Amino acid sequence: MRALVIDDSRTMRRIIAGILRPLGFDTVEAADGQEALDALEDGLDVELACIDWNMPNLDGLGFVTAVRKDGRWRDVTLMMITTESEQGQIVRALAAGAHEYVIKPFTPDAIRDKLQLLGLVGLQESA
Amino acid sequence: MSITGESFSYVAELVRRRSGIVLESGKEYLVEGRLLPLARAAAADDVDAYLRALRTAPHPARLELVVDALTTNETSWFRDAQPFQALVEHVVPEVRRLAEPGPLRVWSAACSSGQEPYSIAMALADVVPAGKLEILATDLSAEMLERARAARYSQLEVNRGLPATMLVRHFARVGADWEVAPALRNQVTFRRHNLLELPPPGGPFDVVFLRNVLIYFDLATKQDVLRRVQRAMRPGGYLVLGAAETTLGIDDTWERVPVGRGAVYRHEARRAA
Repeated sequence: MRALVIDDSRTMRRIIAGILRPLGFDTVEAADGQEALDALEDGLDVELACIDWNMPNLDGLGFVTAVRKDGRWRDVTLMMITTESEQGQIVRALAAGAHEYVIKPFTPDAIRDKLQLLGLVGLQESA
Repeated sequence: MSITGESFSYVAELVRRRSGIVLESGKEYLVEGRLLPLARAAAADDVDAYLRALRTAPHPARLELVVDALTTNETSWFRDAQPFQALVEHVVPEVRRLAEPGPLRVWSAACSSGQEPYSIAMALADVVPAGKLEILATDLSAEMLERARAARYSQLEVNRGLPATMLVRHFARVGADWEVAPALRNQVTFRRHNLLELPPPGGPFDVVFLRNVLIYFDLATKQDVLRRVQRAMRPGGYLVLGAAETTLGIDDTWERVPVGRGAVYRHEARRAA
């Protein structure tokens, strides 16, 4: 499986990619929504996109809206990972087509839990 | 089925060094119960074999897993997911078919900081009509009950296993925290209770969640707790145990009912015809 990690912070991209790889993802990084959209336009095939909200050029909400408008990317799972924590913002992102929403700060377990909910990571037995 | 003294001392020393938690002898069953899923995941024959391999190659990440398994007071929402799916798809339709048209009574035993009873309420929000669900949540710890009753959770806590759609539907932002909505809170009653004592009032229960509790007890106590729980249940009611737990080999008067990837339990003597 491949994941596109979209965040304007290089450190944050590295953290998220570092959590995704042991869960079985190859990761590709993009520094903003436009860069990510361009990569998809160029034929990059991903199962998952992890999306920051506040970014230059095209923000996370704009990216989600653009991806949901295009049937080619129907199967891409969209997960927001952002400091935006207002209830109204979460509702907006879900209404725009995001499948899940993680609020920063988060732990690696939180990402794994969400990917399990989304069916992208198998349920492990936990003690 | 028990682990060797050597294995136990190794784990007890590891946990003491890393967490300060002391596992006194007599807690072998706890070590075994908590580490069994890790042993299975590593394809080891049993916990002893798993620990032997660990001692030969004490990889830091694996040591961490062992310590976590023995010290984490797990508080995820919809923990293990499967029991909640079984509740909605199998257990509730089944007990509703059998029971008289009163409220559905659920007992969440050892509810810790409240994630389990609130998860049950969320799972059943579209399944059981409002006013027809009564959840009793009990714990031994007054401090945990206080937290559960407050129904207020940090950002880190709501990130754990709670679908975003449930978060926005059933919680309200309060400062930096999230608070469970009154509609949900009203369905849950909290009460202090020791599983070794008489069952709490509020029954008989259609469903009992008793997850990751039996592992703390020795065999005789497990049997005693199961007997007490059974007496608090309605005929045909269902018992839900933790993912690594079973009644098999403890009390064979319970029937294991496979549902999806897991199983729930029903007592044979009190099964409704």
